[in-house]
Amino acid sequence: MAQVVEKQKVTKSKTPAKAKVYSKEMYLEWYRLMLLIRKFEEKALQMYGMQKIRGFCHVYIGQEAIAAGLESALIEGDAIVTAYRQHGIALGRGITPKAAMAELYGKETGIVKGKGGSMHFFDASNKYFGGNGIVGAQIPIGTGIAFAEKYKGTKNLCVTMFGDGASRQGALHESFNMAMTWKLPVLYIVENNGYAMGTSVERTSNVVELYELGESYNMPSEQVDGMRPDAVHEAILRAAKHIRSGEGPYFLEIKTYRYKGHSVSDPAKYRTKEEVKQYQDIDPVKMTEKKLLNDKLATAEEIKTIKEAIIAEIKEAVEFAENSAFPPASDLYEDNYVQKDYPFLK
Amino acid sequence: MSRKINLRDALREAMTEEMRRDESVFLMGEEVAEYNGAYKVSKGMLEEFGAKRVIDTPIAELGFAGIGVGAAMNGLRPIVEFMTWNFAVLAFDQIVNNAAKTLSQSAGQFKCPIVFRGPSGSAGQLAQQHSQTFEAWLANCPGLKVISSVDPRDSKGLLKAAIRDDDPICIMESEVMYALNLDTTQPGKRTYSFGKKTWETEGLPFTDEEILVPIGKAVIRRTGTDVTIVSFNKMMLEAIEAADELAKEGISAEVIDLRTIRPMDHETIINSVKKTNRLIVVDESWPFAGISAEVAYNIQRMAFDYLDAPVIRINAADTSLPYAPTLVEEYLPNPTKIVKAVKEVMYVNS
Ligand SMILES: Cc1ncc(C[n+]2csc(CCOP(=O)(O)OP(=O)(O)O)c2C)c(N)n1
Ligand SMILES: [Mg+2]
Repeated sequence: MAQVVEKQKVTKSKTPAKAKVYSKEMYLEWYRLMLLIRKFEEKALQMYGMQKIRGFCHVYIGQEAIAAGLESALIEGDAIVTAYRQHGIALGRGITPKAAMAELYGKETGIVKGKGGSMHFFDASNKYFGGNGIVGAQIPIGTGIAFAEKYKGTKNLCVTMFGDGASRQGALHESFNMAMTWKLPVLYIVENNGYAMGTSVERTSNVVELYELGESYNMPSEQVDGMRPDAVHEAILRAAKHIRSGEGPYFLEIKTYRYKGHSVSDPAKYRTKEEVKQYQDIDPVKMTEKKLLNDKLATAEEIKTIKEAIIAEIKEAVEFAENSAFPPASDLYEDNYVQKDYPFLK
Repeated sequence: MSRKINLRDALREAMTEEMRRDESVFLMGEEVAEYNGAYKVSKGMLEEFGAKRVIDTPIAELGFAGIGVGAAMNGLRPIVEFMTWNFAVLAFDQIVNNAAKTLSQSAGQFKCPIVFRGPSGSAGQLAQQHSQTFEAWLANCPGLKVISSVDPRDSKGLLKAAIRDDDPICIMESEVMYALNLDTTQPGKRTYSFGKKTWETEGLPFTDEEILVPIGKAVIRRTGTDVTIVSFNKMMLEAIEAADELAKEGISAEVIDLRTIRPMDHETIINSVKKTNRLIVVDESWPFAGISAEVAYNIQRMAFDYLDAPVIRINAADTSLPYAPTLVEEYLPNPTKIVKAVKEVMYVNS
């Protein structure tokens, strides 16, 4: 059974800085993004129930602090690649709720013109290399994106995100090894939400502290509390500094939890209500809101205004998706080849 | 006693019966045990056989497929379930480079009696990576046998035969058709149902007797005289639906369900074409170098003089399958496309 993270394990003596103090603006930024993701996902689930959204749909509820703490620690030009549980990361990247919702609807105004759906958002302008549907496939791909950054001589890195389940794929080991050998600017993040579908981390290996996987390659590796945006932010700053100094990859195991089933069709009977509640008690959105109020960083009135603005934004996104058209059938033959006059078999 | 059964339960009966019969048979794959299978095919099997024989794996397709190959070389009879065949691509090294070649490489000293099975094909709006078919990829490889079937009775009999077979076998089920029900309780009737839809077919009833279906034999699902429609997996249902449409216009279509892709039962196809003189192939896989091409090649080679029209094939589009419903509709074969093709080979105006 998954345990709430008690202490953060750190290897390579990278002791986390003592609770750094962040500005009011910073907390508000995290809060806004986390709430936006939460509300977006809740709406997506509702629209899935109404059959407006089809196919597989994996929501990010519970994991929002990772998306928030991640973006605030990156710099212009950094890349991200992740798996199919990607709506939150994509919104953090700057994909608009409109373009994201329209994509879920399969409309031509979606971020990939209705071609990808829930699992496959891509956004070249924001260096978002996608939502990948094959578990673990993005681990070498992210390593290759980092390879290209190094090759081109930039100071940028590639954040390569994957789930605890994906960490059992052989591709992880091959990638870790080459990234270390070639000192590639890649930040590996395993979002350890305790489960791969119905399988808990404990049932997939005798190595259950996932950050230890980096150690066999001498990769600096840390365990991070993923229920707190500030903790995520701090860890990523630390990792990014190391990577940008040219010393090669870094591995963060960010401990988190998904409140909902694996996908819309999973009733999640493999875990207890109590376990879910344990995490909901330290819910990142709720806790950040509390902090804003307790530390007098925001008034109840300000929080209310933020909430209303976000709810309005999501509503607009739904209206936008509803009012957009499906791509025409002829679109099927677009984007299969760069070559314009490719001779398809018809 | 004639029974009703759906595809999911039929496949489970096959595995369960064979595991009761033979200690060396075991089932391995992602979520097959405690979760009762991602599509519930293995529901209850952990309870009956225990964790030694119904084994949950991590997400590590290359690794567990290879473990299956090794176990098969060393005397066991693994059933390796892929959550879907899309993910088996990671394991192709073990399937193609090892399972398929062990017998040849070892000059017959080591055989590899393994079954790789799982759902395949498009299943609604699942987009590019989750909608593929692999019959053509795997059937291309000598050493492998390939089965692709949705008929609940025959799928059960084929899976049982595959588990007993000494060669490595890949079985493609259907991700959307596990609930396809076969009812043979009415004398002389053999009815599939799925949701509100029904299809009448020919074939044997589903009974309590042991079912073993020979690998490499096609079956006629609908007898007809004017045109032959060769199909397999869930495209067989589209073909029957098209045959029903055509019947209303006085066109009698014979629908063949290949069931096994490799080895292919050319004899059944040729005999049918000798009668109908016209052939349509309906195949959910991509057209290029596909199963439909194989069928068409053989018929022109073996029954050229019997053909009154060029063979037409209806495939998935020659593209990746995107998410939007309009694109899925355009991509897949359907009864309308089949009816149109039939009219073309019959030279009747639609
Ligand atoms: C190669 C491959 N195998 C299996 C699957 C089916 N599948 C999709 S998600 C998933 C679980 C992945 O869990 P994890 O990596 O922990 O990510 P999470 O869903 O928790 O975000 C599985 C088995 C797949 N998509 N790709
Ligand atoms: Mg997980």
